[in-house]
Amino acid sequence: MNAIVNESLARSFGLSAEEYGRVLAIMGRTPSFTELGVFSVMWSEHCSYKSSRVWLKQLPTKAPWVIHGPGENAGVVDIGDGLAAIFKMESHNHPSFIEPYQGAATGVGGILRDVFTMGARPIANLNALRFGSPTNPRTKRVVDGVVRGIGGYGNCVGVPTVGGEINFHPSYDGNPLVNAMTVGIAAKDKIFLSAAAGIGNPVVYVGSKTGRDGIHGATMASTEFSADSEDKRPTVQVGDPFTEKLLIEACLELMATDAIVAIQDMGAAGLTSSSVEMAGKGDVGIELDLDHVPARETGMSAYEFMLSESQERMLMVLRPDREDLARSIFDKWDLDFAVIGRITDTGRIVVRHKGVVEADIPLAPLNDQAPLYTRPTVDTPKSEKLNPARIEDRFGLTRALEKLVGCPDLCSRAWVWDQYDSTVGGQTVKRPGAADAAVVKLEGLKRALALTTDCTPRYCLADPEVGGAQAVAEAWRNLTAVGARPLAITDNMNFGNPEKPEIMGQFAAAIRGMAAACEALDFPVVSGNVSLYNETEGKGILPTPAIGGLGVLDDASQAVGLALPPWLDIVLIGATTGWLGQSIWLREIAGREDGAPPPVDLAVERANGDFVRTHILNGTIRACHDVSDGGILVALAEMAMASGIGARMMTHPRDIPGHAFWFGEDQARYLVAVPDHAAFVRIAEAAGIPAMRLGTSGGQDLTLPDGGSISIATLKAANESFFPTWMA
Amino acid sequence: MKAGIVIFPGINRERDMAIALEASFGAKPRMIWHKDTDLGGVDLVVVPGGFSFGDYLRCGAMAAQSPIMRAIHDHAAKGGYVLGVCNGFQILTEAGILPGALLRNASLRFLSMDCHLRVERADTTFTRQYRKGQTFRAVMAHGDGNYFADDATLDRLEGENLVALRYATKAGDIDPEVNLNGSARSIAGILSPNLRVLGLMPHPEDLVDPLMGGADGKPLFDALAAA
Repeated sequence: MNAIVNESLARSFGLSAEEYGRVLAIMGRTPSFTELGVFSVMWSEHCSYKSSRVWLKQLPTKAPWVIHGPGENAGVVDIGDGLAAIFKMESHNHPSFIEPYQGAATGVGGILRDVFTMGARPIANLNALRFGSPTNPRTKRVVDGVVRGIGGYGNCVGVPTVGGEINFHPSYDGNPLVNAMTVGIAAKDKIFLSAAAGIGNPVVYVGSKTGRDGIHGATMASTEFSADSEDKRPTVQVGDPFTEKLLIEACLELMATDAIVAIQDMGAAGLTSSSVEMAGKGDVGIELDLDHVPARETGMSAYEFMLSESQERMLMVLRPDREDLARSIFDKWDLDFAVIGRITDTGRIVVRHKGVVEADIPLAPLNDQAPLYTRPTVDTPKSEKLNPARIEDRFGLTRALEKLVGCPDLCSRAWVWDQYDSTVGGQTVKRPGAADAAVVKLEGLKRALALTTDCTPRYCLADPEVGGAQAVAEAWRNLTAVGARPLAITDNMNFGNPEKPEIMGQFAAAIRGMAAACEALDFPVVSGNVSLYNETEGKGILPTPAIGGLGVLDDASQAVGLALPPWLDIVLIGATTGWLGQSIWLREIAGREDGAPPPVDLAVERANGDFVRTHILNGTIRACHDVSDGGILVALAEMAMASGIGARMMTHPRDIPGHAFWFGEDQARYLVAVPDHAAFVRIAEAAGIPAMRLGTSGGQDLTLPDGGSISIATLKAANESFFPTWMA
Repeated sequence: MKAGIVIFPGINRERDMAIALEASFGAKPRMIWHKDTDLGGVDLVVVPGGFSFGDYLRCGAMAAQSPIMRAIHDHAAKGGYVLGVCNGFQILTEAGILPGALLRNASLRFLSMDCHLRVERADTTFTRQYRKGQTFRAVMAHGDGNYFADDATLDRLEGENLVALRYATKAGDIDPEVNLNGSARSIAGILSPNLRVLGLMPHPEDLVDPLMGGADGKPLFDALAAA
């Protein structure tokens, strides 16, 4: 195991020659094998954000309701009633390709720990999933494993999985994206942070025992994939949701006392990153004696202890006089509890194993001198705006609609949701598919949270800046569409190899677009995660900055869903130009994936959304659905299928071709159901908001102004067949 | 009537159950730890859903060996009320308090969705606020809800009229299409011979508030509270 440490070994650990030179300068000697392991994981892309930090700094992170922004284990926002919502989204992409079930399961477990480590009881999970083409034989196995893994873990820990999104595209064939989000609730004056303090205080390890699983997982997540990636299966960790459940209950029980000084979960890079980050943030030193670490296997080396990514483990600094109290709580829950070190005033991390000092590293340079790269960027060339009049419709509206609602990107996700427990906790007001955002009430209160995940990767590829803005705007819109006040987002930046200028250009542009949208919509970023090197055999994924949005409703009973009630007027809010570039219709019906994506006018976005929210909360709007993939007609069909109630459309502007009007994807639009269209349109127009009556709900068919008609039953059959047929 | 909820490690629907019980009983239920040996004088013992001990062995098999189970056995033997839901039903069958077993769902997938239950008898303390033959909605959330017993046991349950609930269409028809987990004779819930123990797979406690999509489960708890 203890090979000779030199530049060539450093390279095999993922450090560049220049980075290894920096290690030598900091240490003033050749590092030990364990020390090299510590540097390599702490300076990996996954832990150091060395390619992305310069760009991430551009994102707005502040608002009066933000309690903790990026830099902590998760973001924290004030939601009223003395409570805080704590949330974050994180990727587990590479492991989920190698071993879909465990990769996805441990992704859920990891993000749960990021949230409850701050003192929050997790109340909801969401996810954002991207898979390869359904025609690729491998995709089916990945989808099945990922869905089972998310369900297997989330259902067992008893946190409802309430929302998410799924896209398919061949660019994810060798590199699916599994982004998991957890939302928790804590008293806002009882937030636990990770900065260690108190010289001499005990450092305590709790949770599962340490094994050899997951060693160098963080490094694996920082390189491209190749055909032999399956050989990396040993770097994928194995999840134990039962232990996680015990850990949640035991930690929350301990957090109700005053025993904890600092706490952090052992996620990527395990004991190394948790101890280095806790001591570094607290500006103290830390000593660890690995002989006391609970081990699952015999004969483990210091290097293996420090780099193991065994799951369901936490590191805490306790008040010395509360050690016995803490131990009794973990004994009650039958969890390991071990004092494995002390906080020191040396500013160094010192690791002993079997009486030998295996690592002795100054923390300040390990943290502060981590590499930081401003990598070269190349802008994505702008695509041409398509003229809808020049794109012929050879298909017809109702036939196109039937095909669109059945295509993999738009079909019913019930097959997936039906495997996730969405009701445990007893607070789920809007379950998956019932509304544009999930709505979860806070126990014992009227207040509720609205939650969503969003991104349109095909827009991001065509124009990453517009796509970045659109992802944020769509999350804001989905929260608005249930009546919630959007508060903040978490982002999960999934991109290809940052060493390629065109990829770094996508990243930089997406950040620019996101920053503008966050600014304009008062919707700051409070936490996030970056996943780079999402490439296999040199082929990158679509740029996918997945956004997790959180909003609040003062009264859960005011939330509206998307199911179309009978005998109401259907009004379109927002302007329509018939934008077909990058639309689903263009791809699925015309067989083209070109053109510029629809522009995002943030001032219009805000005005339209604020108007819709006001009229949801005052009771005028009875059902609401944002217009996104597939345009107006798909949105209408989704509302109709949700209730089984049809609609008759009456009007259709003459200056836009029918297919462009009904399937175009102009932004900042909503379909709303109201009792009196005339009064509503008048109020909208007086407020300067474009509003147009489309028709009336009722009956069992969707009837268009040209006389075309399709039954809701036919639409549902088309909508519901893809997943069960594919997975049978 | 005083209610208590038994907490095994890995149980996760105790909060849902506590909310439902408090709404009907007007008092918070007593929370009983599985390592305890005493039920603290409660009249109704509820064993809620979840994944006790991770269900890494057969569902409920580990919990059935916990210290508190002796007290639950004694309580049932003395004619006390016991309600087991989901994992709680599995635990009661593993403990031998109710007959049969819950196997993997026929689809081999976790099922999370609403279902309709037909009330097979309305003359029990649990079901008397429903009408015989009516259906009500409940939330299904399980991977192992496929009720199984040998034919002799099933015949005895039917003969003694101990089947409390069956999976049915909304209109009340028994149909394999809506018996999603594949349960024998569409059985969703069964009673002990003295009608004091009810085990069922779906969750009535998750539909006790119209805000969460309906209150079809509330009559079950109201009836117990009034007993």
